[in-house]
Amino acid sequence: MSRISACFEQLSGAKALIPFITAGDPHPSRTVALMHALVDGGADIIELGVPFSDPMADGPVIQRASERALAHGVSLADVLAMVAEFRKDNGTTPVVLMGYLNPVMRYGFARFAADAARAGVDGVLTVDCPPHAAGELAAALKGEGLDPVFLIAPTTTEDRVAEIARHATGYVYYVSLNGVTGAGNLDIDAVAGKIAALRQHITLPIGVGFGIRDAETARALSTAADAIIVGSRLVQEIEAATQETAAEQLKILVASLKAAIR
Amino acid sequence: MDRYDLPDARGYFGEHGGVFVAETLMAALDELKAEYGKAKADPLFWQEFHYELKHYVGRPSPVYHARRWSEMLGGAQIWLKREDLNHTGAHKINNAIGQALLARRMGKKRVIAETGAGQHGVATATVAARYGMECVVYMGAEDVKRQSPNVYRMKLLGAKVVPVESGSKTLKDALNEAMRDWVTNVDSTFYILGTAAGPHPYPMLVRDFVSVIGEEAKVQMPEAIGRQPDVVVACVGGGSNAIGMFYPYIPVEGVRLVGVEAGGDGVDTGRHAAPLSAGSVGVLHGFRSYLMQDENGQVIETHSVSAGLDYPGVGPEHSHLKDSGRAEYTAVTDTEALAAFHDCCHHEGIIPALESSHALAWAAKVAPTMGKDQVILVNLSGRGDKDINTVAGLTGITL
Repeated sequence: MSRISACFEQLSGAKALIPFITAGDPHPSRTVALMHALVDGGADIIELGVPFSDPMADGPVIQRASERALAHGVSLADVLAMVAEFRKDNGTTPVVLMGYLNPVMRYGFARFAADAARAGVDGVLTVDCPPHAAGELAAALKGEGLDPVFLIAPTTTEDRVAEIARHATGYVYYVSLNGVTGAGNLDIDAVAGKIAALRQHITLPIGVGFGIRDAETARALSTAADAIIVGSRLVQEIEAATQETAAEQLKILVASLKAAIR
Repeated sequence: MDRYDLPDARGYFGEHGGVFVAETLMAALDELKAEYGKAKADPLFWQEFHYELKHYVGRPSPVYHARRWSEMLGGAQIWLKREDLNHTGAHKINNAIGQALLARRMGKKRVIAETGAGQHGVATATVAARYGMECVVYMGAEDVKRQSPNVYRMKLLGAKVVPVESGSKTLKDALNEAMRDWVTNVDSTFYILGTAAGPHPYPMLVRDFVSVIGEEAKVQMPEAIGRQPDVVVACVGGGSNAIGMFYPYIPVEGVRLVGVEAGGDGVDTGRHAAPLSAGSVGVLHGFRSYLMQDENGQVIETHSVSAGLDYPGVGPEHSHLKDSGRAEYTAVTDTEALAAFHDCCHHEGIIPALESSHALAWAAKVAPTMGKDQVILVNLSGRGDKDINTVAGLTGITL
């Protein structure tokens, strides 16, 4: 069983918290410590952003994180090395890489899948690569026992939901709003209703993210979803902290979110 | 040659093109594809399109024999397809009208666009005013500075111009920001994409709207000289003016198609915007094509004196035409383009856009190696009034 499936099984109905940070932000040397801080705060799964020069689906907060990481020259190979380093002290918390297709394509799908599996990665979400375009990559990932994670949006038609259900493993990521990461136009009731409707096709756990900024929203959405994904709010915390205090502040924030969805 | 019927149903031109976007946009692209399919088969749609091109844009644009310059070069005869004479001063208006008519069909009251040199932004602001639509144009902060006359033009036309401060602050970042707007306002908004790039069906529908350029030339050249030209040449950034000129000529045997990219300081310096000449295949802005990227798959900054060519990718159909060998692609430097800019001003009394000056530079370089009875048709894609500040600045003059 994959680490992701094992994680949801062990939760047995309790809600998972999936924090997101960008690898290499604010500095490559800090990422592994921040990942451990997320786990200490109560993270069930970690989404680790792979920086990209043109993050089309991201709002300003994660754009800036990407730019900070790229200023230090963080590559996909560097991100895999960070995961391998994290795995030396943590063998259980699943790690999902989230990013854009081009760096993965450049690395080579088969080589990437093999290296990612060896590093201890569990799932991969390429934002700009929906299932119809992901054939070769998804096959390479599955061949190495990794889960291809896909997005479902408020605009996704029922036909497409069914198609995504056929290709996804691990969990699916429901995008709570039409917009970029960190946006502020979340409609809690609409999201809850949509997630309930998705269950008709989706048997995998459903995580929900984009625009979840506080414990209250996290709590409200956790009644409908299996996992709550929080990114921009955490990246903001890193941005506001000093390198020395970031880990502690992140841990406190994650703990408050985790407490809210228990 | 074999029948050319691209893109395929999935939006591919050979191995290029496709749909690589966040899930939120998939439904909108499917809807656009379906609506364009209906419009394409609707004679009334094309009747209105061509009425607008005739009465609002001023088409057909003439082909013009640059006789004096050709004589001075002492070789092939250079002819110009005068897209600079269109309303708003460039070929971009053809595409903007086509997409605005589609937006109206789809009931969208708000349009957005990205722009580099500002020509597509001006064209979009113009048609938005013409059809009574709200208009927001995203423009790299760097380009806002170097194309200030066009920024003011857009504002006069009632558009909101948003300077984009992220990344390299140029065209690619404007495109990222336009995509972010679209993903946020997808229900109400039509994205009028400015070049023959982006996710399917954009490269196809933009090509179809700008193909009026080549369709006219194909009729005009035999009328003017009794045959088709030996070479057809156009500048290539995203590639819309070039595909508009090339597409109708693809099946015409014996016509050489040449796309000229922005060589910046020189392709061998790495400081350029020439993905077809020196890039590798990648995925950016929703499609697969040649791309300027580093060894880690990060998109690298481009350099060109011309804001409209300052783009790291290129429309997928050009990548396919390169791979298939039907078209050839080369680059000229900033210096060569500027020399052609001045020559065209002095010898023909036409101020060309810096973008188009790249195609002129190639023609001026190659014409002397050809016979006097041979003909090069250059797509003069836009006029250069917008560039006078840039050109003056390069010679140390502040206007």
